[in-house]
Amino acid sequence: MAAEVIPAKVRASPRRRFPIETLQAWLFLLPAVAIIGIFKVIPAIAAFYMSLFKWDVIQGAFRGLGNYTDWLYDSALRSPDFWRALSTTFTYVIFTVPLEMAVALVLAYLLFQKMRARGLYRTLYYLPYVTSFVAAAAVFVWVFNPQYGPANAVLGLVGVGGQKWLEEPSGIFELAASAFGITLPAAWLAGPSLALVVLSLVTVWHYLGYQIVIFLAGLSNISQEFYEAARLDGASERQIFTKITLPLLSPTTFFVFTVASIGVLRSFDSVYVLTNGGPLDTTRTVTLLVFRTAFQQAQFGLGSALAFILTLVILLFTLVQFRVLGRRVQYG
Amino acid sequence: MARAITLERGVPRFSMRPRVGAIAKHAVLIVVAVVVAYPFYFMITSSLKDVLEAARTPPTIFPTELHPENYGDAWNRAPWGRYFVNTIFVSVTVTVLELITACLAAYAFARMRFRGKGVLFTIFLATLMIPAEATLIPNYVLMSPSRNACLGLPCLGWFDSYQVQIVPFIASAFSIFLMRQFFLSIPNELSDAARIDGAGHLRFLWSIVLPLSIPALITAGLITFLGSWNAFQWPLIVTSRPDFRPVQVGLSAFRQEAGSSYHLLMAASTFVVAPIVILFLVAQRYLVQGIARTGIRG
Repeated sequence: MAAEVIPAKVRASPRRRFPIETLQAWLFLLPAVAIIGIFKVIPAIAAFYMSLFKWDVIQGAFRGLGNYTDWLYDSALRSPDFWRALSTTFTYVIFTVPLEMAVALVLAYLLFQKMRARGLYRTLYYLPYVTSFVAAAAVFVWVFNPQYGPANAVLGLVGVGGQKWLEEPSGIFELAASAFGITLPAAWLAGPSLALVVLSLVTVWHYLGYQIVIFLAGLSNISQEFYEAARLDGASERQIFTKITLPLLSPTTFFVFTVASIGVLRSFDSVYVLTNGGPLDTTRTVTLLVFRTAFQQAQFGLGSALAFILTLVILLFTLVQFRVLGRRVQYG
Repeated sequence: MARAITLERGVPRFSMRPRVGAIAKHAVLIVVAVVVAYPFYFMITSSLKDVLEAARTPPTIFPTELHPENYGDAWNRAPWGRYFVNTIFVSVTVTVLELITACLAAYAFARMRFRGKGVLFTIFLATLMIPAEATLIPNYVLMSPSRNACLGLPCLGWFDSYQVQIVPFIASAFSIFLMRQFFLSIPNELSDAARIDGAGHLRFLWSIVLPLSIPALITAGLITFLGSWNAFQWPLIVTSRPDFRPVQVGLSAFRQEAGSSYHLLMAASTFVVAPIVILFLVAQRYLVQGIARTGIRG
């Protein structure tokens, strides 16, 4: 009884101590605000500032949007690199995200049902996610080694000739066509290099377990009442999956899509350690181009402009996600 | 609970197919499991082969003769002890300090009233959208030698140090949100009771809230630790000497050094991966929960 009376009084009291509590709250927040302010917010603004200057290690002349126009169309040296890197990056997304999502969804759906060794499978699928790309690359470069790798040994077993995998600049459709003795009528039909496709496959391997976990969380959010009602109405398992699970899971699916796309758009480690942009620059993504421009050619202004363009693309994905999902997704 | 009931009810409906269905399901799961696990298997078995067998085509599935001494050889070919000390020191420090800043900030957001809360919270939310790529170059300049100028002040001059790998990462909006969400779920009655007993905010946070939040602390700590242990791009550009380089950058350099000694590279990869895999196996419950919780809420 007393407990019901006293809290009302106590709850009212913070209003009177408001300024003191404000001071205290700001003290609590000070470390986080300082660190995030100094190393995140100010640098983000500074990046835009730097992108407006000629800036090779030290600040040079103001260029306005010159660095941007150089990348987009103005410079015969830069803009082909930019458009190629952008197209490579989107190809990387296209060859990674749908496959990753489809496999993760099927596996999550299977794992969601009561079955033996469920935890064991989930643990196993999750292991690549905690493994760094550096270590994974050391292994995969050897697995796909053209001379000694087991990948070619497996191909040999089914009677297919060895491939150069991560060292193969030719497009996959070109390779497939030439295997049947066909020459493609146009160069743009060649498709992404085999190296880029292998890069995508390794990326799928890395993120699979993470996405399974998110899909499992999404599945557990679907109320069992829907399933029960459907079963009472005599729905088949396939109908339940396509008419109930998939539609009700769509917020999760969309969330996974944007998170996975952003993950690939900004991935650096995987490209750097697996191919370092090669062969023949067929895997040189925008992030790698930023890295080379800024830290190998010491062009901070140009690098910042490129990073800013990439940031805009990523922000677009994030904003679309917020808009579409609205309140369904919360961080934290 | 509800799920178990539904499934029990569901089983008779599919009584014709459960065995075939279960076998098919396991077949799919096992095939994927083999593909996922193969690189680990290949890494460990290759690390135990001798130099000739490691390069044999087609590769032997299991080493004909075990060579555990490869691990010692690999360890002695590079300053691994130093790399590990660096990584462990950086990861542990980042994790501990980040949890402290996150708990304080999360507590303020979850349980205190103050002016500017809404605005500040929105700003924190917005920083989650800034990708690391956007801040990489200015942060690099900020860390450059102090004779350079950063916004009119001398730059920090932190290249080749521990602080360059620690300080920028000791606060994360992500952890703050994770902890805030957990703190919000602590009943008001507890804080009321604490206040009656004369406990201030810090006291209440330390003696009541934190002991109740251990699962959330482990989750946030694991996610931070994993990120710090696997950090690559940042230490790659701000460190140049083994004295401060972490294991990931060390392993990347070792790939060149090892050259054709592939069995040694696999041994090194194994001991770089092993600690974090073991940590994950021990604490996976918390990590998986955290990702499910922060990823999606219904």
